[in-house]
Amino acid sequence: MRHIISLLMENEAGALSRVAGLFSARGYNIESLTVAVTEDPTLSRMTIVTTGSDDVIEQIIKQLNKLIDVVKVLDLNDGKHIERELMLVKVKATGVHKDEMKRMCDIFRGRIIDVADNSYTIELTGSCSKLDAFIEAIDRSAILETVRTGASGIGRGDRILKV
Amino acid sequence: MDASAHSATDTHAKSMTGADIVVSCLNEEKVKFVFGYPGGAVLHIYDALYKQNGFKHILVRHEQAAVHAADAYSRATGDVGVALVTSGPGATNAVTGIATAYMDSIPLVVISGQVPVPAIGLDAFQEVDMVGVTRPCVKHNFLVKHVKDIAPTIKKAFFIAKTGRPGPVVVDIPKDITAHVADFIYPKTVEMRSYNPILKGHSGQIKKAVKLLLGAKRPMIYTGGGLVLGNGAAELVKLAKALNFPVTNTLMGLGGYPATDKQFVGMLGMHGTYEANMAMQHCDVLLAVGARFDDRVIGNPKHFGGQKRTIIHIDVDPSSISKRVKVDVPIVGDVQSVLADMNEILAQEENQSTDTADWWSQINEWRGIQSLDYTYSDSVIKPQYVVQKLWEVTKGEAYVTSDVGQHQMWAAQYYKFDKPRRWINSGGLGTMGVGLPYAMGCQFADKHAQVACITGEGSIQMNIQELSTCAQYGLPIKVILLNNRYLGMVRQWQEFFYENRYSESYMDSLPDFVKLAESYGHVGMRITNPADVEGALKEAFDRKDKFVFMDFLTDQTENVFPMVENGKGLSEMVLSPSTASRLKGEE
Repeated sequence: MRHIISLLMENEAGALSRVAGLFSARGYNIESLTVAVTEDPTLSRMTIVTTGSDDVIEQIIKQLNKLIDVVKVLDLNDGKHIERELMLVKVKATGVHKDEMKRMCDIFRGRIIDVADNSYTIELTGSCSKLDAFIEAIDRSAILETVRTGASGIGRGDRILKV
Repeated sequence: MDASAHSATDTHAKSMTGADIVVSCLNEEKVKFVFGYPGGAVLHIYDALYKQNGFKHILVRHEQAAVHAADAYSRATGDVGVALVTSGPGATNAVTGIATAYMDSIPLVVISGQVPVPAIGLDAFQEVDMVGVTRPCVKHNFLVKHVKDIAPTIKKAFFIAKTGRPGPVVVDIPKDITAHVADFIYPKTVEMRSYNPILKGHSGQIKKAVKLLLGAKRPMIYTGGGLVLGNGAAELVKLAKALNFPVTNTLMGLGGYPATDKQFVGMLGMHGTYEANMAMQHCDVLLAVGARFDDRVIGNPKHFGGQKRTIIHIDVDPSSISKRVKVDVPIVGDVQSVLADMNEILAQEENQSTDTADWWSQINEWRGIQSLDYTYSDSVIKPQYVVQKLWEVTKGEAYVTSDVGQHQMWAAQYYKFDKPRRWINSGGLGTMGVGLPYAMGCQFADKHAQVACITGEGSIQMNIQELSTCAQYGLPIKVILLNNRYLGMVRQWQEFFYENRYSESYMDSLPDFVKLAESYGHVGMRITNPADVEGALKEAFDRKDKFVFMDFLTDQTENVFPMVENGKGLSEMVLSPSTASRLKGEE
């Protein structure tokens, strides 16, 4: 099953490689991994999307907690949460594609953030599945380039991951 | 660096170089021995240690041996072992030693030199990314980039190494940092928001465990290296005695319970005794203490799980619990503290008696199989016989180190360890070549102790250069070489599973070990006759001040039994031909 794991870690050199190394050394899946510094500059917040059986997820959480630099770990799937991902898609904007892309972009509540002679660059945020759905909905042959950030997740309401 | 590592009470700081700071930190930690090898990136540190007389530096002949010796020193004493190596090849040579310590959870601080900070990343001479290379095989590691960070980092390194589930910590220090000057303030305490091991077990869980133990009909206690490392042996003995339960130890856990006690059923696992494996498989309540149900211990996990039993698991590392086997009552905490709590709760119980008579008669029936039986020969030396005689001659009091292979299993099966921290071997990583440096570490830990290194002719050659270190420091180690002219365990598997195709398991051109030992100024002995084994051992151990290298020419085709073959269940053991034929005769 797909899980979104959030963690806070010391903002130190090499901290990211410890997490990435743990996943590769123990053969865990990573669908996406995002990391950036928090409002407290000594802490980084990471969101990892992974898949595995309940036993594997339990081990992943324990192994992450065991890393010395990791301050707190939360499996967002344990409660209500929100996830968002940002995608930038560069598509052909010539002929039939020109209006079609604008329409699809509106339907998915995206924004065109760059217009060139022959292409649009569309910015889209949402859950990973919404971004997948957008890719499915448009004509594949019109896609020139896609960039996705991977998911960021946060608990709803009172579920707060803080030191 | 986290400023909270500094304590507010530190005063009168003294200004000194980074190298002097490193040395001062080690002395603050009351380190007695540093095992190491000098080189370019650590020259400032070597100059600083030349000018101090706190700890003693032990010069090995290869960095791998430095880490192994520090590791064994820690296993024997419980203190943190310390090694010092240079950058690049010095650092990579240390990696096998670090990985060995990591797999067996041994607390080490390994200080490695690094090229100067401005040269990092430029492929400088003797540069290697030590933090990157060691990341998968350390508890934690640090690259120090400022001289003021040296002291707090070393303080943290010792703290992390020895607390919680212990492990090796690498501190990589660039050369220029060791020449810079800073005030030396050694923090008194360490506080880390990201690292707070749980030591006290959950009282509700402990009570539940005691209830389960008291209600057990077929109980079993299974303890591992964690019991030894956590200094929990005395509490465990108290608990086992109060309950009259059978106890088995893993390879790493030998000595955790006295092997000569009647409640001890021997080691379990791939080469465990029949009674230990059968009792482990068929018990109804299992108390696991500082052990991790690994593949060499429980055999096929599906087969093991096929038998219903309630498992209580005490471990300081939450990730060891329910990793390979689902556990019913997990107790996270320091084994000594949890066992003491258990003993206390047990003492308050009105009815402490357990009904285990039927179970014991079943166990004694299994014992009657005598699975460690072997056929003595008066023409060729049986390796098991050498270990039995070694146990007798040393009165079971020696520190015994081993390498890896058949001889390791025979040592574990036939030397009866009554005390913890006497059996020193590489259980997790299975590193050939540890035996001799391990013996060095033990001899430094206790200079008057009897130290025996049980080894094979394959393993001993992997760190044979340390004969020189033993000569330099006058270490009176006794090497017990069980020389069968084969990589014995490889040969055994090739006999069983590869139709006797002995691919590269025979060693030609062995050195004359007697002459080799003598060339270093040691005593060499060759023993070829079974009748001479005991006398030779007595003679060797009587030479209290000499290093004696004993080359026993042993039976080339002897195999280790019982054996749980790969993928088989724990109770599906292959018994030795002599045991099997005896059992057939009795039918």
